Parts: sequence; C-alpha cells; structure tokens
Amino acid sequence: MALKMVKGSIDRMFDKNLQDLVRGIRNHKEDEAKYISQCIDEIKQELKQDNIAVKANAVCKLTYLQMLGYDISWAAFNIIEVMSASKFTFKRIGYLAASQCFHEGTDVIMLTTNQIRKDLSSPNQYDTGVALTGLSCFVTPDLARDLANDIMTLMSHTKPYIRKKAVLIMYKVFLKYPESLRPAFPRLKEKLEDPDPGVQSAAVNVICELARRNPKNYLSLAPLFFKLMTSSTNNWVLIKIIKLFGALTPLEPRLGKKLIEPLTNLIHSTSAMSLLYECVNTVIAVLISLSSGMPNHSASIQLCVQKLRILIEDSDQNLKYLGLLAMSKILKTHPKSVQSHKDLILQCLDDKDESIRLRALDLLYGMVSKKNLMEIVKKLMIHVDKAEGTTYRDELLTKIIDICSQSNYQYITNFEWYISILVELTRLEGTRHGHLIAAQMLDVAIRVKAIRKFAVSQMAMLLDNAHLIASNTQRNGICEVLYAAAWICGEFSEHLEEANQTLEAMLRPKVTTLPGHIQAVYVQNMVKLYASILQQKEQSGEKEAAQEITQLMIERLPQFVQSADLEVQERASCILQLIKYIQKLQIKEVPVAEEVIALFAGELNPVAPKAQKKVPVPEGLDLDAWINEPPSDSESEDEKPKTIFHDEEQRHSRHRQPEIDEEELARRREARKQEQANNPFYIKSSPSPQKRYQDTPGVEHIPVVQIDLSVPLKVPGMPMSDQYVKLEEERRHKQKLEKDKKKKKQKKEKRGKHHRHNSLHTESEEDIAPAHHVDIITEEMPENALPSDEDDKDPNDPYKALDIDLDKPLADSEKLPVQRHRNVENLKSPDSEAPLVEKKSKKPKKKEKKHKEKEREKGKKKEKKVVEEEDEKKGEDLDFWLSTAPPPASTTQPQSEPEVGAAVVAEPQEVKKEEREERDEEEEDEGKKSSKHKKKKHKKEKEEKSKDKKKSKKKSHHSEEETTESVQNGTLDDEPLPPMSSYRLLAENPYIKMTYDIQGNLQNDSQVTVSVIFENKSTSFLKSMELNVLDSLNTKMLRPEGSSVHDGIPVPFQLPPGISNEAQFVFTLQSIVMAQKLKGTLSFIVKNDEGSTHEKLDFKLHFSCASYLITTPCYSDAFAKLLESGDLHMSSIKVDGISISFQHLLAKICFHHHFSVVERVDSCASMYSRSIQGHHVCLLVKKGENSVSIDGKCNDSTLLSNLLDEMKETLSKC
Amino acid sequence: MINAILVFNNHGKPRLVRFYQHLAEEVQQQIIRETFHLVLKRDDHICNFLECGSLFGGSDYKLIYRHYATLYFVFCVDSSESELGILDLIQVFVETLDKCFENVCELDLIFHMDKVHHILQEVVIGGMVLETNMNEIVAQVEAQSKLEKAEGLAVTGPSRRQGGLSAAPSRAVSAVKNINLPEIPRNINIGDINIKVPNLSQFM
Repeated sequence: MALKMVKGSIDRMFDKNLQDLVRGIRNHKEDEAKYISQCIDEIKQELKQDNIAVKANAVCKLTYLQMLGYDISWAAFNIIEVMSASKFTFKRIGYLAASQCFHEGTDVIMLTTNQIRKDLSSPNQYDTGVALTGLSCFVTPDLARDLANDIMTLMSHTKPYIRKKAVLIMYKVFLKYPESLRPAFPRLKEKLEDPDPGVQSAAVNVICELARRNPKNYLSLAPLFFKLMTSSTNNWVLIKIIKLFGALTPLEPRLGKKLIEPLTNLIHSTSAMSLLYECVNTVIAVLISLSSGMPNHSASIQLCVQKLRILIEDSDQNLKYLGLLAMSKILKTHPKSVQSHKDLILQCLDDKDESIRLRALDLLYGMVSKKNLMEIVKKLMIHVDKAEGTTYRDELLTKIIDICSQSNYQYITNFEWYISILVELTRLEGTRHGHLIAAQMLDVAIRVKAIRKFAVSQMAMLLDNAHLIASNTQRNGICEVLYAAAWICGEFSEHLEEANQTLEAMLRPKVTTLPGHIQAVYVQNMVKLYASILQQKEQSGEKEAAQEITQLMIERLPQFVQSADLEVQERASCILQLIKYIQKLQIKEVPVAEEVIALFAGELNPVAPKAQKKVPVPEGLDLDAWINEPPSDSESEDEKPKTIFHDEEQRHSRHRQPEIDEEELARRREARKQEQANNPFYIKSSPSPQKRYQDTPGVEHIPVVQIDLSVPLKVPGMPMSDQYVKLEEERRHKQKLEKDKKKKKQKKEKRGKHHRHNSLHTESEEDIAPAHHVDIITEEMPENALPSDEDDKDPNDPYKALDIDLDKPLADSEKLPVQRHRNVENLKSPDSEAPLVEKKSKKPKKKEKKHKEKEREKGKKKEKKVVEEEDEKKGEDLDFWLSTAPPPASTTQPQSEPEVGAAVVAEPQEVKKEEREERDEEEEDEGKKSSKHKKKKHKKEKEEKSKDKKKSKKKSHHSEEETTESVQNGTLDDEPLPPMSSYRLLAENPYIKMTYDIQGNLQNDSQVTVSVIFENKSTSFLKSMELNVLDSLNTKMLRPEGSSVHDGIPVPFQLPPGISNEAQFVFTLQSIVMAQKLKGTLSFIVKNDEGSTHEKLDFKLHFSCASYLITTPCYSDAFAKLLESGDLHMSSIKVDGISISFQHLLAKICFHHHFSVVERVDSCASMYSRSIQGHHVCLLVKKGENSVSIDGKCNDSTLLSNLLDEMKETLSKC
Repeated sequence: MINAILVFNNHGKPRLVRFYQHLAEEVQQQIIRETFHLVLKRDDHICNFLECGSLFGGSDYKLIYRHYATLYFVFCVDSSESELGILDLIQVFVETLDKCFENVCELDLIFHMDKVHHILQEVVIGGMVLETNMNEIVAQVEAQSKLEKAEGLAVTGPSRRQGGLSAAPSRAVSAVKNINLPEIPRNINIGDINIKVPNLSQFM
C-alpha cells in the first residue's frame, strides 16, 4: 500500500501539471494542435490510473483545454470521480471541470445526485460552497427536483456564505423545476430580511429575476421592496429593487405615484451615477405608466431630463451613452421635453464614438418636427459627407429616410426639397441602401401628384448621368435608384420636357451592364416614353421626327433582345416586334400614336395597404369554402390511392381539413396582403379608382391640392437641397406674416370678449402649412383584426413555467420531494406522510411535540385555512398600502415605518418567532388551553409593536386573546370597519364637485399638499380650470416662479362629462399650531353644444391641525421615554355619548387625525403622531361605559388644544 | 443575469471563458472570436457598452467590457443588470485578482486559470452576482487556499509567490523536472515564468 502511494507520487512527478501544459502549448506554436492531441493522449493515460491526485491533475488540464475549444465531455465520468474525492483540493477541480462542460445532455450527470447531496450537507462550508457553485452551472430538471429540498434547507444555514449561495442557486432550481417555486417562496421572501447584507442582496437578486419575467405575481411584494428601498444603503440592492419597480409600475400605476417621491429624493441625494441612472430610468417608466398629468410630474420629467443632460455632457463616454439611451425612452412619451435639448443631441452626432452617434441618431428620429426637419436633415447630410466607414454612413442614410418618411411624411412641408435630398443621397458611393432611396422616390412621385413634374425632371437628370451612378457595378447598391428613375420618367412622361434626350439616355449601350431587373424596367418604360413622344410628334405633325424616333428604337432595342436576362430579353423582343409593326404603319402614314398610348392608359393611384380588407364581402360568398374538392393529404393519397373504398374515413378527414386550412389560408392571405402593401405597383382591378372610392364607404380619399410652384429650379453655387431650406424659410415667414395679419383682424373683432381665449392661438408648429399634400389613404385596421400579443410569446420560454401564483396557499401535493432512501416511486410522487416543508424548517418546540401526533391533522387544516385568509388579505393589503398610506418616511428616520397597512416587520427573527408562536397557539386552540398561555401573552405584547397587520388579523380569530391585542392604527378588527374617506367636500355646484384632502410633506417642514378631486357632474365638457386662493399671511399657495399672488394655478387636465380627476396643490405655511381657512375660487369654462360659458365656484379650504400631522409609528419604549422627558405640555378632553366600539374609535382617530397606535391594552390605548415641524403628540385614549377621555401631551400647548378640539368634534359625531 | 464572462488578450487568445448557459465548444470559440473582433475595433476612449445583436442568442444581451493593458474583460449581460454596476463589478473582479495574485498580469491568468476561476466563483455564480465586496471575496478565496494548503496536495502547483508547506514538495518536483530527463525534454522551459508584462501600472 505504502509502496503504491510512493509510486503514485513519483508518477505524479513526471506528469505534466497545468503550468507545464500551458508552457508546452506556448512552446509549440507551430504545431499546437498536434501537441495538444499528444497531451490529450497522456491525459487519457493519467485518467486510467487509480491515484486520485493524478486524475485531478488530468481533469484540471482538461478544463484548460476546454477553454481552448476542445470537447472534453468524453471525460465526464472521470470528472465525477474527481468530484467525489474527499479532499477539497480535488473536489474543487472536479466541480470546476463539471461546471464548464456538464449540461442537460450529459448522461452521467444523474450519477452525481447523491454525491452532490453529500457535499451539500458536508460539515465543511467550502465543500458545500463548491458543490453549490458547480450545481449552479449544470443543474438539470432531475437534479433540481431531487436536490431542491436540500438547497432550501441550506437557505437557512448558519453561515451567510452558504445562505447567499443557496439563495442564488434556488433561482436556477426554479428554472429547471418550476414546481419548487411555491414551496420555497416563503423562505426566499424571508431572506429579503436576512441580517447579512449579502444574503439579502442575493434574495433581492433572485426575486428581481423572477419578477422581471412574470411581474404580476410579485406585485404583493411591493410594500416590502418599498421598505427595503427606503432603508437599504447598498447600491447594488437599490439598483436591483429600482429596476424591479420599473417592471412593476406598468401593472400598477398607483405604485408609480408612490415611487415618484422617494425616487426623486434618491436622484437628488445619491452620488453614485449607476444608482442615479437607474432611478431616472424607473422614474421614466413610472411616468410612462401614469397617463394623467399631475402637476408635479412635469417637474419629475424636467428633473430627469436635466440629470440626463448632465450625463450626456459628461466626458465619460459611458455616461453619455446611457444618457442618450434613457433620453430615447422619455422621447416616446414626452417628446417636447427632449426637443429642447436638440443642440446637445446634434453635438453627439460629432462624437468620435460610433455607438454614441447611433444613439443620437435614434433620438433625432423622434425629435423632428415640421419646423426643424430641414435643419436636422441638413446636419445629417453634412455628416453623411464626412462619415468614414460605410456602416455608419448607411446608418445615417436609412435614418434620414426614416426621419423624413415617418408617419406618412408628416413632417415634410416641401417635397421638392425631399426629392433633392434623395437625389443627393444617390451620390453616396458604395451604399447598400440604393433600394431604399429608390422606394422613396417611387413612393413620393406616386403619392404626391404636385411633385411629379419636379420629380420627373430630377429623374431625367439621374438617367442622363447614369454613368456616374453605375460606374462601378460591383458596388452597385446605388444603381437601384435607376430603377426608380426609369419608372418615374416612363410613367409620368407627360411631364418630361426633353423626352427625346431621356429616351436616348435610356438606350445607351452602357445600360446593358446594369442588373437585369433594372434593364427590364428600362425596356418597359422606354416604350412608355416612346409612346408619349410619338403622340407629341404626331399631334404637331412632325412625321419625320416620329419616324426617326421609331428608327432609333429599332436600332437600339436589339442590344436588349440579346440580354442574358430572361425578363429583359422577353420584354425587349416583344417590344421590338411591336415597334417594327408601328414602323410599318408609319410608313403607310397611318396615325398610330393614339393606339400606342392606349397601351399605357390609366393612372396609377396609391392604395392603402389594407384597402382590400375594406371591401365588403358580397352576401352569399363564402371565401373560405372550397371551390373544388380539396385534394386529400398527399401522403395518405400515396398509400391508399383508392379512397373510394374507405368512404367513411375520407369523409372524416375532409371534415377536419378545412379547419386546418382555414388558418393556413388566413395566413397566406395576410402574407399576400403584406406583399401588396409593400408593392407600390399594386393596382386594383377597377379601372377607375376615383369611382371606387365613392362606392366604398370608409375609404377616404384626400383631395389633391395643386399648388403653384414659384420656385426657381437652380441656384448656382449651392447644393440643391440647401436652396430649399432657404426658400422654405421665406415661405414660412410669409405665411406667418399673413397669419399675423389675420390674427390682428380677429383681435379687433373680438376685443374685450374672450381675451384669454385668443391667447391660445399661439404659433405652434402645426400652423406650418405644407407646400404639398400627400395623397394617401390612412392605414386602417379591420375591425376583426386580432391583437398579436399572444403570438410573440415563445412557447419554449423557460420563464413561462415560472408564471405561478405565489399568493395561493400551498397544497399538500406541492411540497418538495424530501431526501429518503432511494426509492424511485416515492421520489416521483411524494406521499402525504412526508412532513410539510414549512414544518421541516421549524424546530418544533417541546410542548408542541407533546400533542404533535394528535394535533397534526387538525393543525394542518387550520393552517391551510389561515393561509387562505391571509391570501385574501394580501390583495387588500396591497390596495390599502397603495391607496391610503401616508407619504413614506424618509430614510433619515430609522424608527418610522413607511407603510401603515402592510407594514413589514423590522426584524426577521421576530417574524419567525411570531409565526411559530401563532402556530403553536392555533394548535393549542384546538386542543386544550395551556397554562403557559399567560406567559406567552406577555411576551407577545412585546413583539406586537412591530406586528404586521395581516398577522394581527390572523390572530384575531382567537377570541379570548382579543382583549390583550394591540392594534395598529385601528385597522385591526374582528368586525369590518365602515369605509372611511379622508376626502372632504370642498365645494359643489351643478357642474362640478370638489373634494379635498390635505397631507403633510415630510421633506419640507413648512409645506402641505392639498389633493383636490374634481368631478364633472354635468353633461358638458369642462376645461381651462384654474384654481386660485387668497393667501393669508401664514398660508400661501405655491405658485410657479414669476407669477404674482393673484394668479391662479391652472388645473392640468380637462374633464369630459362624468369624469373625475385629481390635482395637487402645494401650500407653504409658517405656523402650524392653529387651524387655517383660506378662501378661494375655481374658474372654468363649460363647453357644450350650445357654446361655452365661464363659470366660477367659490370655496373655503380648511386646514385643520390634524392635516399637519404625519402618521409616524413609534415604539413603546421610545414612547415611554418621550413621556418621561417632561418637556411636553398636557391637556385633556372627555366626550360623552360614544356608542361605537373602541376599535372603530381608534380607527377613526388614526385615519382622520393621522395618529398611530403605540400600544393597546383592554380599552385603553396610547397613540402617537408627529407634526411636519417635528412636534411630538402623544395621546392616551381611555374608553369608559359611554364616554371617552383623551389625555394629550405635546411640545406646543396651542397645537395640542386645537388638536383635541378637532378630535372632540370628530368623536361627538359618533 | 450575466450570460457569459470572457477574458481574452489583445490577440483574441482566451484566458478565461465562463458561459452560464451551455453551448458547444465550437460555438463558444465562435462567440469569443466574434466578441474579440467587436471590441478590438473600438479604441479605448469610447464607451464600454456594445450591443451585440444576436451573437449570444437573445436580442436582450449587451456586452460590457473593460480593457486593461493586454487583456479584455468582457461581460455579456441582459437588461436586468445595471450597465454601470457591471462596469464596477469588472473593476472589483480585476482588483480582486490583483490582490490575490499580487500585481496580476496576463501570465498569472495564463498559468493559473483554475485559480482565476475559483476567484470568479466567489464573485459571480450561475450568472448572478454573489458578492461585490472585495474584502469579503479575498477573504473567502484565501480561506479556501488555506484549506487547500492544509491538505498539502495542490495539484496545479502553488502560485510562484507562495511559500509555506505546500511549496516545498512542488519545488522539489520542478527541480526533478529540470534535470534533463530524456523522456520529457519538451517540458523544460524556464524562461517563461518570470516574464512580466511591462505595462503593469495600467493593470489596476
């Protein structure tokens, strides 16, 4: 044995280790492959040896070779051997190799299950760690199923190092074995509050990954994440959470509203660019998800845009890039805010970094308007000239075309300019996008009738200079434009001034070097040209000229007849014969032009891509019915050609077939329509399209307006398109002048009346009238069009399986398979004897053990019920949290908990304890009541302070405990609370009803926000609402800078009949110890069929002292300290005749007066609140038979007495 | 999620390849090549993000890279990762390497690929970020090499700066090797091991 060992180590000495291998490879640069194959042979020998060290060494070398691209899967079994070595050194090598080369297809992987399980439970944390790391790379569905429970147990390992790894690997397990998600989720959630920041971060990471794919299932975690966001200082965690919120907000706009403020704070406060950037991104997502324009939203957008500008202006290219990327997101919803930074974005076009230039180009696309299109394109054209490298130039070219042609040339006011831009673009050498330019030329020429004359002249020029464009046909992308040029000149030859010259240009021998499809178009269109020349000559009686042109055709056409391209050849020979015939007739002096021109009679009209769909199907015509009997499936046909004898079967198959084919037909029809849509030459069957338009309702035909073109065609010394920019400016200037004149007239007429109204007619870009009208039918979708969202989901998407409702209670069948002696059947269908997963995680307490057996069944049932209830609550909780919770506490107040409703427990250990206890209690309930009960009660009270609402609710099922339960904010109750609204009526008239609520602002000690809901009660449209108040010395409405105290603040929306919306107004105040009243007026315009009238509504805004309070939770010990400190003034009240229950009473105080319950014992409760200026307010509420007494303590006696008075009023209504 | 972590030198030679999804070796090499060509044509003063199209399969993926002296560190990530965060992570990874190897250079990565992998495994596992605190990462790496040393069996040979228990036998081994044994002459190569890349200061 010893000898063997010695032998082994000597063997080892002569083996190459990894370093030797690397060195060897470096020394054999010329014959590397040969050397490596030699090494692999050696490795194979080494793997055959018994010595594990030798094997490990070999495997280590294999891992290196794998990196170089060598397949090492043949050594999978040896890798497993090394993995199972007892020494950590070898184990690690084995797992590393496995993680590099094992995958689902590796068949020996199933041998690893037990080894991995053994390593997972190893006493050495690094053995476990290495196994987890390896597993993260090669986990298969089988491994995931078999090991899920082990990994889940590790999530509660004592070492945070293992915990965080286990948490992360659970995500991989979920992916492979989705059934494990629900049982493991509670613990994963628990880990969000792990004391170790690394574990917490890992849990956030996993939940974020999960939620990104199926966000709706994780909405209920929003409060928890919200809390983490306001408390965490780890930027990694914050970034993840903020990204997660970005994914959640589209599903729940209310969440977005809640997020804006803390995010804005973060944006202001953070110095980490990465965090800032993600905040901005999520704010953008929130703003996109919120449709209504609340006043402070424009501020948020401004803030985002400003911050992004800083990023873009930064010298760091990365920040610049990201800034532009985020900017493009804002652009989609708030183009105006981005447009003001046009200068910056144009600057980025000059950047040396191509990625940044491309981003800037993307942005430009969304920024164009009628006003700036020419300018932007001009800049882009300069860049095209300067651009190095064809990729970027091509990108510029496509962008220019995209920008100009977007939404039916919406922004083009002058098409002559556009045509000249297109012509200029043809001078680009070596572009791939010739066909794009060609398509644009065709599209514009066909659709903009007014431009045809100009287009034709330009195209004729192009044809004349064809030799320049087609000079090097190998890079022939650009010669595609000749296709368009030839077609336009032919089709619209009546506009051609020197048709002869163009025809000659088209007949040049050089043309035969062009690609076939272009030649074909040439041939076809030269006949059109010829026809129009012929007609012209005949009409003017120049017979000789007419014959000359025929002769020219006959002379030149043969070069096309010889073409190798079939299409060209066919067309050319046809046409040649035709022209020869014409020549014969011409010799006989028969007038032919009319007949020739008739060949090409009729005008092409643009057709909307979907126009065909609009044609109603005649009654009785079933398009899906077979015209002929369909041939049965070819395969079955082949097998049994005599189907007549299997009549029954055949009929059966025939029944099924139409169904399949219907889909197929629909698909094909769709494809065909697509094709037609993309084909500018698609002509409808009807010869007179104008008539058709009238026949078919729904297809609008926009009349073409002819506009006189008083534009000189050439300005020497200037590129073509530039001159149009100048001319366009002049034209606009003229237009503006005219408009101003008109306006003045209007003003004179309307002076005195509706002077405000007139100001609405400011110069907007929409006022720029285009020089040409685009003749186009708007694209319409048929009513029965299917939404296509369902199609883009990949059925094989691994994340789809994780779309699991996590709030549903766990069913018995869902628990994870538990390790047991290999017993295959049991593993696959775990029987009901196995303990619940959740139970396993708990250490059962002694007393529980006593009647454990007896209680198990009952306990389980109960548990399930509770979970179900909890589940119901969950939804409500979220609603509650989203709707009524006060503004979140800032991070500077560690004590405060931002959410009242679904406040989450601060310390995770406590949660666990509580849960355990609850269960204990439940079990006790079912059995006998233990004498230890009292003790526990006591302990509970302590924990209670940080208790979650839903947990409390759960408890309230035990009636005997109810009296000692503490309440949080009075929301706990065994009976449902009556609905309460903090919104009070502000004013009302037949048109509008206003209700309002006042909330203190935590960030600013002298501001409150008044939220006013405007409800339109009339059947008219309400607009131009403006709210104004008469400021007092103490309280002032916050107005935008520069406006005087008499100006109102416009309400940022209009109200259609029956609609309500909310707007917020900020007020500043100096002293808050007294209630305040402010008078105000809402003015608005009522617009209905009869006209519009101005209306006013007066109101009084009541700032109660309670509205200056902010619900702030307080722990009982802190509360006691506060009371002891002795710097508080005291006052008390007593109200008689109270009939409502104590719970209701507390709830009312909490809700209307913004208090929170600190502690509650029997019919006595202590409550706490804090004013925006930091006054502490403590209350002791006692309930007698029919009365309630409230003792209050506060830093300020006036505030306290005012508060108590208000409270008295509230309570006396009860 | 991080989809892949690639380290290669200025000539595109892979130094560390870690894919978090299984791909055949040829595909991996193809991706490394294409990635190399993508980053090679970008000079050092332009942004470190790069859209890689469908190179890695999904359209969602983005390349985030840093270039240190002779090495490119490229992370391929999807949209759930913060771009700037990953840039920081690369920095953390490289600084950790620097600490663990004491002035890391390309040669360290060449000869100790396994060790680099072990360090990486303390930073990222299964495509998810495990730890971003450098001290914690270094502590775990060192604890594990200690464990390895205690076992005294380091197969790959200790890093050249390590002394202690395990270094001795290994030195003996290389001493034996350096005697001209006729069977394995090709193994003898002394020159390489002490060559350092001159441009060290840039390599953080």
